[in-house]
Amino acid sequence: MTAHLKMDKPDTRNRLDHTAQGLIGAGMDRPDGKAKVTGTAAYAFEDQPEGMAHGVLVRANVAKGRLNDIDRDSVLRLPGVLAAMCGPRFLRNPAQGGANEAPVQGSEGIAYLGQPVALVVAETFEQARHAAHMLTLQIDAQEGQTDPDIAGYESPDAKQAQQGDLDRAMKDAATAIDVTYTTPSHNSAAMEPHAAIAEWDQDMLTLRGSYQMLKYNRNELADALGIDPKCVRILAPYVGGGFGSKLGIAPEAVAAALAAHELNRPVGVALTRQQVFEGTMRRSESRQRVRLAADASGKLQGIGHDAYISNLTDEVFSEPVTQATPFIYAGENRVIGHHIARVNRTCAGSVRAPGESIGVTVLENAMDELAHQTGIDPVELRLMNIPDKNPTSGLPFSSHTLAEALTTGRDRFGWDQRNPQPGSTRKGDWLIGMGMASAVRVNILSEARVRVTLMPDGTARVQTDMTDIGTGTYAILTQICAEMLGLPETDVSVSLGDTDHPPGPGSGGSWGASSVGTAAFLACEKIRRELAKKVDADEADLTLKDGMVSYANRQVRLADMIDEEIEIEGHVEPGDTSDDVTQSTYGAHFAEVAVNAVTGETRVQRMLGVFAAGRILNHKTARSQCLGGMTFGLGMALTEELMHDPRDGHIVNRDLAEYHLPVNLDVPQLDVVLLDERDAYANPLQSKGIGELGICGAAAAITNAIFNATGVRVRDYPATLDKVLAGL
Amino acid sequence: MRPFDYTRAQDSAEAARIAGQGATFIAGGTNLLDLMKLEVMTPDHLVDITHLDLNEITQTEAGGLRIGALVTNSDLAADMAVRRGWPLLPKALLSGATGQLRNKATTGGNLLQRTRCYYFYDPDMPCNKREPGSGCAAMGGMNRLHAILGASDACIATHPSDMAVALRALGAHVDLMAEDGSTRTLPLGDLYRLPGDTPEVETNLKPGELITHVVLPAPVHGRQIYRKVRDRASYAFALVSVAAVIDVESGVISQAKLAFGGIAPMPWRMTEIEDFLIGKAPSEDLWEEAADLLLSDARGQGSNDFKIPLARRTLAAVLNEATRGDDQ
Ligand SMILES: Cc1cc2nc3c(=O)[nH]c(=O)nc-3n(C[C@H](O)[C@H](O)[C@H](O)COP(=O)(O)OP(=O)(O)OC[C@H]3O[C@@H](n4cnc5c(N)ncnc54)[C@H](O)[C@@H]3O)c2cc1C
Ligand code: SF4
Repeated sequence: MTAHLKMDKPDTRNRLDHTAQGLIGAGMDRPDGKAKVTGTAAYAFEDQPEGMAHGVLVRANVAKGRLNDIDRDSVLRLPGVLAAMCGPRFLRNPAQGGANEAPVQGSEGIAYLGQPVALVVAETFEQARHAAHMLTLQIDAQEGQTDPDIAGYESPDAKQAQQGDLDRAMKDAATAIDVTYTTPSHNSAAMEPHAAIAEWDQDMLTLRGSYQMLKYNRNELADALGIDPKCVRILAPYVGGGFGSKLGIAPEAVAAALAAHELNRPVGVALTRQQVFEGTMRRSESRQRVRLAADASGKLQGIGHDAYISNLTDEVFSEPVTQATPFIYAGENRVIGHHIARVNRTCAGSVRAPGESIGVTVLENAMDELAHQTGIDPVELRLMNIPDKNPTSGLPFSSHTLAEALTTGRDRFGWDQRNPQPGSTRKGDWLIGMGMASAVRVNILSEARVRVTLMPDGTARVQTDMTDIGTGTYAILTQICAEMLGLPETDVSVSLGDTDHPPGPGSGGSWGASSVGTAAFLACEKIRRELAKKVDADEADLTLKDGMVSYANRQVRLADMIDEEIEIEGHVEPGDTSDDVTQSTYGAHFAEVAVNAVTGETRVQRMLGVFAAGRILNHKTARSQCLGGMTFGLGMALTEELMHDPRDGHIVNRDLAEYHLPVNLDVPQLDVVLLDERDAYANPLQSKGIGELGICGAAAAITNAIFNATGVRVRDYPATLDKVLAGL
Repeated sequence: MRPFDYTRAQDSAEAARIAGQGATFIAGGTNLLDLMKLEVMTPDHLVDITHLDLNEITQTEAGGLRIGALVTNSDLAADMAVRRGWPLLPKALLSGATGQLRNKATTGGNLLQRTRCYYFYDPDMPCNKREPGSGCAAMGGMNRLHAILGASDACIATHPSDMAVALRALGAHVDLMAEDGSTRTLPLGDLYRLPGDTPEVETNLKPGELITHVVLPAPVHGRQIYRKVRDRASYAFALVSVAAVIDVESGVISQAKLAFGGIAPMPWRMTEIEDFLIGKAPSEDLWEEAADLLLSDARGQGSNDFKIPLARRTLAAVLNEATRGDDQ
């Protein structure tokens, strides 16, 4: 049986406020937590089948060219080497999120330095790695174009938008801001390197891999190999961080499958850390021009946001920098520009909140510049510019809590202690400043299916191909089902990451919990109706708690009510509520920094994030998401940058020593407040995506604080000490 | 990684003898193993020296310390005698790497760790240090970590050690044992070589020569400061670091030992600066003149140009801190 919902109208029943188990929202520990911290959770490369051979990918060492062949003889005589291969099915780069088909294939065409063009397989990883090092590639190098500004930009019509007359608004403005900021390439830098193990049984391929969206990955892999998707099973029960970098099927999976087929034995391919940096998706660098036209009272009359980004040829994805610009602030006149350069650099794709994380950040820097120019308090400036409906589409908003986030944050942070005069607070060698920024991220519901089975013993089993990429999917699915079925959480078992299960939404775009949670909710609701039928009661009159069912003054054990499994597949699809209203999550970031007046080093002293994302399903995992987002914001503000070599575009800093993520000592006390909110348009849970919200705008709060501390505006991210120093 | 032979040496003489035949010492392995995985270093034969009897810290007759080459960075930083007499050294050690790495890293290995030049770690890139004659990709490339002093047209890499900078300021020597079992002592400054035309030769060690000890002279009076400026608060190599031992008597500088990290192919020390400071009263102008001495030959390479003003400012800040107050 299935329980289906197309989300066409708001669900105002507040269903989860009326159930009895009391698990929703609670900071329940992850059921998978213990296995993870004790090292017993088997990640992709840790579940190695008997007889597995090791494959290591070989990179192209030119930015553009043609691979004519590989010199197999150069490695086949080395100890342990089993095969060296390249070919038309090799992937040029990982598939983009949700592609559902193979990306560009063929090892012949070299499009960036670092492209995996061959695979060497050996008995051990060390042998394979050595052979990969020794393999001679026969390459004709060609003249590449690695600098986006020299390559030039295309401006597809569909990605430009214009409303009113911004030029005029800028001319008439009491205060006009016209600034350009740049952000560098970023890498997701997930802790678990990308890996896949392929094993064939006749025509059936089983792939253990580290991927985020299995229902698409299965089709992508099948397409790449030219086989029927029914012949592919992907297993990804644990994924050690994704952040967008594992959305699509990737070169290691296809190479492992090809090698396993050729050698007739299981083959595993794990990327080295260097390969992760140069071969998985990068966030495109960006140049962003923001124009703001304000009247004498500070009200925005116009906003312009032009983004210049890059990608490889034939990639449809382009960093959606301006995603929130159409609706975050009021203003009649608006121009949005989106310009893409085609360059021979590592493929650009989704990395940690694509779009808003850099787009909102730069917009919020420009807002700070406007606040400074007009002398209006930065929080006030935002408050007075919150629109009452989407200023671009004219659509109403669903729950909208930006104002509450801003004022809550202002009070809690002690914003009134901030001296608006830059450079006015000094403690010894340290200049102290405060900054803030709004946070905004679009909310998405994605099609999802989950199978929930109530067993005769009164326990429940939950199955979907959804992944838990460290975010807490195991936890919230356990909670939702336990809550709806009135079971202690230990009586619900959740099985994830297996394409034999019903297809979930995949982890990405912050839609995971709400989408897969809704499908589980629907299944449980239907189970409740089945139970109600059995006792001839109304589902709404049933109280389910601790394995007991109460109705009309009667109470029975759930296990006593059922003599066979009740199995329901919940299925949710987005509907009219995605189009009839503008759904988004909101928040506010506050940061206090100390900037060393001698060296220009910035240390963040404290940060506060106030977030509203509908109903919070698990306060602990939700808070963790926000802490992670804010930490990434800190990295974006101060340290993170993939350095491209100016001559061939290759990524120079390819390890965790030189790609500077924030480390413990960089991260101060982070304070997170989650506002209590329900969004009936989002889904029956009334929850919204929270995963990515914490990073959106976070970096701007820090760089705005640097300005407040020093009077130096660093418009070129990250704000490393040399850039601050240049202005001191 | 390439296959290699492995011998666990029982004593220093054996280790030096085997190394004299072309084998490479491995101590903590925190640098060497990384380089072997990347095939930047490809030894055929490793001599494991971790079982040698070189992990003690003892007093010398001169009132200094003799530190075994295998004393870990963690143990050295925690040693009470070191902390009391040479606080500069623990400060420098604790500013380096991470707790986990310092637990493995040894005194000898730390001195001989290789540069962190990005291109040195990438065998597909030209690098005169890795492959003499192939060119230097860092010139005209990314060189944020690179040298402004002491570099050559062949190589602009820096020596990354923090510990070595402190040791240089403290006037440390290294005790060596050659393949024939003979020993000698070198001032730390003479251990290292500038790149010149042969950046692949980084030290004056003879083939197979083992560092057995680092010897510290008796403590010198003065305030000891290690200031490391870097791209994040921890776990990053120095962009500029300054090690200083400074004393002030009757309003003038009576003791000055200075060494610099992050800016040169070896821990950098210029005794001219120290001589210049002695006998003078602390002042901002004096610091400027000291920085002029340090930086008169400094040359940026593009992405590291900022190190010239940064070194100047950091030196002044350290000298201010060292001479501030009246408790001297
Ligand atoms: C991610 C990362 C970050 C780091 N950050 C810092 C930092 O901020 N500051 C810093 O100073 N260091 C830093 N380090 C470097 C670290 O300090 C060195 O790797 C370590 O000190 C090397 O010691 P080891 O014993 O492991 O040497 P090994 O790796 O064993 O050896 C290094 C070299 O020394 C030779 N060798 C070792 N012992 C002897 C001996 N007794 N005689 C002759 N030759 C010998 C070996 O043959 C080899 O060539 C970092 C390292 C890593 C990996
Ligand atoms: S600076 Fe030295 S180590 Fe770096 S690429 Fe040039 S020669 Fe090699």
